[in-house]
Amino acid sequence: MDTHLTDDVVGPLPGDYKSDVKPIWCPGCGDYSVLAGITRAMANMGLERHDTVVVSGIGCSSRIPAYTSVYGYHTVHGRSLAVASGVKLARPELNVLIFGGDGDGFSIGGNHFLHACRRNVDMTYIVMDNQVYGMTKGQASPTTEADWCESKLTPEGPGVNPIQPVALALACGANFVARGFSNNPNEVARLIVEGVKHPGFSVIHILSPCVTFRPEQRGWKSTVHPYGREPTDDPNEAMRAVLEDDGFGLGIFLAGNRRPFQPGSTATHSIAQIEEGFAV
Amino acid sequence: MTVDSVTIALVGSGGAGAMTAGQMLLDAAANVGWYGLMSRSTGPQIRGGEAAALVRLSPTPVHGPGDRFDIIIAFDWQNVERFAAELPLSEKSVIITDPSQGEVPAVLAASGAKQVELPIKELAGRIPGGRVNMVGLGAVAAIVGLPRAGIDAVIQKALGKKGDAAIQASNAGIDAGSKEAAGWNLGLELAAPNKEGATRWNISGNEAAGLGALKGGVKFCAAYPITPATEILEWLAPNLAKTGGKLVQAEDELASIAMCLGASFSGVPSITATAGPGLSLMTECIGLGVASETPVVIVDVQRGGPSTGIPTKSEQSDLNIAVYGLHGDAPHLVVGPTSIGDCLFTTQWAVHLAEALQTPAIVLSDQAMGQSRAIVDKPADAPHKANRLLATDLGGEGKYKRYADTESGVSPAAIPGMPGGEHTADGLEHAENALPSSQASDHQKQLDKRLRKLTSHDYGDAWADIEGEGEIAVVTWGSATGPSREAVRRLEAAGTKARLVAIRLISPVQPAKLAAALDGVSKVLVVEQTHGAQFHKFLRGHYDLPGKVSVFSRPGPLPIRAREVHETLLSLI
Ligand SMILES: Cc1ncc(C[n+]2csc(CCOP(=O)(O)OP(=O)(O)O)c2C)c(N)n1
Ligand code: SF4
Repeated sequence: MDTHLTDDVVGPLPGDYKSDVKPIWCPGCGDYSVLAGITRAMANMGLERHDTVVVSGIGCSSRIPAYTSVYGYHTVHGRSLAVASGVKLARPELNVLIFGGDGDGFSIGGNHFLHACRRNVDMTYIVMDNQVYGMTKGQASPTTEADWCESKLTPEGPGVNPIQPVALALACGANFVARGFSNNPNEVARLIVEGVKHPGFSVIHILSPCVTFRPEQRGWKSTVHPYGREPTDDPNEAMRAVLEDDGFGLGIFLAGNRRPFQPGSTATHSIAQIEEGFAV
Repeated sequence: MTVDSVTIALVGSGGAGAMTAGQMLLDAAANVGWYGLMSRSTGPQIRGGEAAALVRLSPTPVHGPGDRFDIIIAFDWQNVERFAAELPLSEKSVIITDPSQGEVPAVLAASGAKQVELPIKELAGRIPGGRVNMVGLGAVAAIVGLPRAGIDAVIQKALGKKGDAAIQASNAGIDAGSKEAAGWNLGLELAAPNKEGATRWNISGNEAAGLGALKGGVKFCAAYPITPATEILEWLAPNLAKTGGKLVQAEDELASIAMCLGASFSGVPSITATAGPGLSLMTECIGLGVASETPVVIVDVQRGGPSTGIPTKSEQSDLNIAVYGLHGDAPHLVVGPTSIGDCLFTTQWAVHLAEALQTPAIVLSDQAMGQSRAIVDKPADAPHKANRLLATDLGGEGKYKRYADTESGVSPAAIPGMPGGEHTADGLEHAENALPSSQASDHQKQLDKRLRKLTSHDYGDAWADIEGEGEIAVVTWGSATGPSREAVRRLEAAGTKARLVAIRLISPVQPAKLAAALDGVSKVLVVEQTHGAQFHKFLRGHYDLPGKVSVFSRPGPLPIRAREVHETLLSLI
């Protein structure tokens, strides 16, 4: 499963996929390395920039499209998966990647996540999970621990259980599910390459620290560990492994073999023929 | 003696086949050369329950419901009280009733209408496989003088697949009904049809909107079902596929509109259809379409609101949300078809405008148009097509300005697949080069440009339907146009000149054009189907209306009738 990621092959370089816009992110934000991983992945696959579309919602992480040099659509909070599905369904020949945060993807966009997993359109979703709403200055997200008391909005802690994105993705029928850590852009890039190449909807959960509102996440460096198994194509097996994992295991959990959803369409009628049906 | 128009209600609880009989009556009338309109009145039940097919037939095009019903035929009276108010009668009306179904309900009998007995159930019972609705159809056909050949063709088409026995049973039922009614001499024979002239179509407003989308060049639709818009989506599903397009059932309206924006961003003209609650959900993304300059068409088939309101009945009360519902200063297109047939033209025009101006267009149809079926002259072919201005000169690496501040306000678009046009479309305010910007100057420039592209466009004559002359004018829109048109024509027939201005382009407003249309007018009557007189207030907010202005405004579900508008006009003279 190893993807060759070296800089000495002739072809596009990661820098070719970066725009010259300076990110608004805080110094040390995990998203910088995710961006590096993304551009490396794009270079590795040699994606044509003009045939590649990145879609995002709203949040710190959702700013990524402006920092790439491919086509992008920075949409509204929570709707990125639906917008991206429209792009890919209408123009199947395009490469479609989606970027966003845990709030964007699992809270306001939760319904779209559920249905994107079951719909299985061939596109790749990269969720940068920092277990907080960064852009709105530090509220609890759906992945925040129940007893996290640092938000003014929930001073006693959110009081509800966090969801587990990888298990959720598996339960909803996602076809490719992996987890990475932003600190290792090469590994992030590898997961993205595998996800993009895999037919169907791929979810890449990336732990990406918010150093401003959750500085303790810097410690993730020592918390993460390889998940330790080979990818399976059996969702049940993947789910069992995920439930045994502590949420910090990195790797590919599932590379399933469901057929991607792509309604076909070859014209068989002219509009004049269709109109005839109304004639009295 | 013959009449110029006859209005018939076929009433019966689910299973009686009132809708089928109404449909067949309309189709048969079309076959022999009459025009007609069929709307439906149903309760909230899913299947069964009270239902009425409301049919109006005439030798000339039918614009709206009749003033009152000339004939009511009831297969049973179950729950008819629930919509008796929708069945206006007079002493001249005829109620046909089956004695075995009990007395005519008091609310209807009070009209003083003539009552005629027809043993519908008994007659149907004598025929193997006989059905009450066919007996009723036969009776109505005999009363209005519908030639048998017209019905035969319909029966053949509807039942051909079911075999000879079914056809025979239907024919026997029709014969039985018409035999009984033949001797009644009710004086409701319809004037002879005029088969000359253009090809005629049998089409519903929702189908017409779907066809308009196809003719405009739509290739993508994302859909979430809601009454009374669902038929647009159901019609588009197979027909988009036949023309190489796609329809996807989305998880909700937020996804529907978002998917359409994605498809459109990638260059494919897109449409979705919904009703009030769905439009509310879509407004955030419609704003995204405005800001990111992504064309999209949303057909809102209005129903009674607020909230889930009266889903099966008509109203025009989504006007405010369609025009004002977006956050921020978000200029966009709002258009309203003026008849069932016009749902085709207006939707096709909306696709053209949305693409030409790179912005969302809301088409405000309503239940009365969408779910009614009419016999109309085949609509003329309109030239309007999706034709987005694409960038040809991309200016080299990093030079392309997606949101260039051009004179017209329209910026040449680059779509995925075009090398050198890479950019990020954004709902965040941005500079000309598409990069996010919170600078006052960029905001002002982009706001100006997005407004300018709408206000400087030449919309030609299609902005309104204008008829007649004189000092009195009716200003209206949407399905209130039909009864208003009929009222104006009645006034004229009696010697008083009047004008009709039915505004198709609701937003952006056209003050100079309306001023010209109302030049010399001293009295204006605004007609609309809302409780809060939304259209009147909208006009007051954006136009200078001449002379004395009066309003006829009533919420649904009762349709506006020509008689009411006519009487109001008479009271103003
Ligand atoms: C409809 C709507 N509601 C709320 C917001 C405000 N908002 C912007 S970003 C955000 C949360 C972002 O959190 P997350 O998706 O986790 O991304 P992060 O900033 O942490 O990368 C919220 C609530 C919005 N833009 N739109
Ligand atoms: S607030 Fe957090 S997520 Fe946002 S840029 Fe700063 S560190 Fe990153």
